[in-house]
Amino acid sequence: MRREIPLIITISVGFLAILSFFSPPFEPLGEDFTLFFDIIAVFAFFLGGGNLMRVHIDKLIKRKKDWGFSIVTLVGFLVMLVAGLGKIGAESITSDITREGLFSTLYYNVHLPLGSTMYALLAFFVASASYRAFRAKNREATVLLIAAFIILLGSTPIGQMLTNWMPEGMSILEIPNLAVWIMSSPNLAGQRAIMIGIGLGVVSMSLRLILGIERTYLGKDSG
Amino acid sequence: MKRTSLIVFAVVCLIFVLSWVLKAGTIDGDNAIQDAFLVTLASFLTLAIMSFMYKDNAYYKFAEHLFVGVSAAYWMCVGFWSTIVGNLVPRLSEGLSEAFGVPYLGGELDFGFLTLPYPLLYFIPIILGAFLLFRLVPKVGWLSRWPLAFIVGTFAGLNLVRYLRSDFMSQISSTFVPLLVDWHGFGHFFANFSLAADGQFVAMFSNLVIFLGVVCGLIYFFFSKEHTGLFGKASRVGIWILMITFGASFGYTVMGRISLLVGRLTFLFKDWLGIIS
Repeated sequence: MRREIPLIITISVGFLAILSFFSPPFEPLGEDFTLFFDIIAVFAFFLGGGNLMRVHIDKLIKRKKDWGFSIVTLVGFLVMLVAGLGKIGAESITSDITREGLFSTLYYNVHLPLGSTMYALLAFFVASASYRAFRAKNREATVLLIAAFIILLGSTPIGQMLTNWMPEGMSILEIPNLAVWIMSSPNLAGQRAIMIGIGLGVVSMSLRLILGIERTYLGKDSG
Repeated sequence: MKRTSLIVFAVVCLIFVLSWVLKAGTIDGDNAIQDAFLVTLASFLTLAIMSFMYKDNAYYKFAEHLFVGVSAAYWMCVGFWSTIVGNLVPRLSEGLSEAFGVPYLGGELDFGFLTLPYPLLYFIPIILGAFLLFRLVPKVGWLSRWPLAFIVGTFAGLNLVRYLRSDFMSQISSTFVPLLVDWHGFGHFFANFSLAADGQFVAMFSNLVIFLGVVCGLIYFFFSKEHTGLFGKASRVGIWILMITFGASFGYTVMGRISLLVGRLTFLFKDWLGIIS
């Protein structure tokens, strides 16, 4: 019961989804399944929120290490949640919460600065990683180094300045043009080889799931 | 709390208040105090995250924990209003649609041989979604496998065809490009030979690189045959093509991160401190 029903659901939903591509009467089912998927994903967000509350309340009650910061998480979570679900400060129920009200204010002044700085901080870690990657230890690493260097130079004014003396007949050797060429030819070829590999991987995994061969998603006692 | 930490905390609070007051003086309008507070708050949160470059500290942890809480609530609210209210409610109930101010889309789902009313059909994701929440209750946690199975089945069924179409068939067909571009014979080719970016030679060479690059890249990923001889040489070319791809991706990632950093620094120096215009 605990194993069979989920398997039946996966197999039948998988087959119906494939059928929606090939059989016109079943065509709307594909769109509906996508919407069902989105709706269940929202419940997954609720599950994530519930779990976050559980973990941090537990940390708070048991006075675990750094429990004080759990208060910050819980307050931030609850204030944003109330502001968003209650549409506090918005003109009406139909107002877009991402454009007006307390939710929008918190988004632009708390969430956005925190998120973008978090990612911006990665620039420094990428710089230290690039120091290790850019040491031309062998031929492959040198190729990587040259490609990255040309792409970086090609997007800056210095790249243009360094090679703008090139004659028109050799314009491909100008660093910005070379950067564009790398992106549109060898990079495209590499990306395409990877995409074909991913495509084959997804197709084979999907077949394994629909045929009930792959069951690891059901958990340890999936048999 | 150590004495030094307390002093640092007091100084940070003092600077915050000072910055708020000074900023309020530079802003015109009725909401000057509120706007100044928000700009100062955003700046201090930015600096709190940046303080991690020195070392892990309480201010970074504060900002990090705040981000986790706010992010979780943000996605919950956006999901609720855009998907539940935007897509589910209009198909579920006329009364609810009216209450939320969204147009009712009620109707029937016609399969030809079977007709189902929309509301009945849309109770399925609600029930499955509710089952997903049972994961928080250990005794009935196994029921959360049902929505998981639905998600996995939908993903597998829809993506099998989509990936076969977009990532496999169309990528292969796009790889078969003409190797002789704008060809009018060898005489014309050599007479007009140049390394111009929009020239004939570059166009032909680019197509050759794309075709051979994809073939050699795929050969590198083919592990059922030993990479020796001609096959090994092609695989080696494949590695080089992949290295160029990774180098290009790396360069783009670095640029993206740097531009984000420039954005944050611009905010600090322009919007907060007003040093640059």
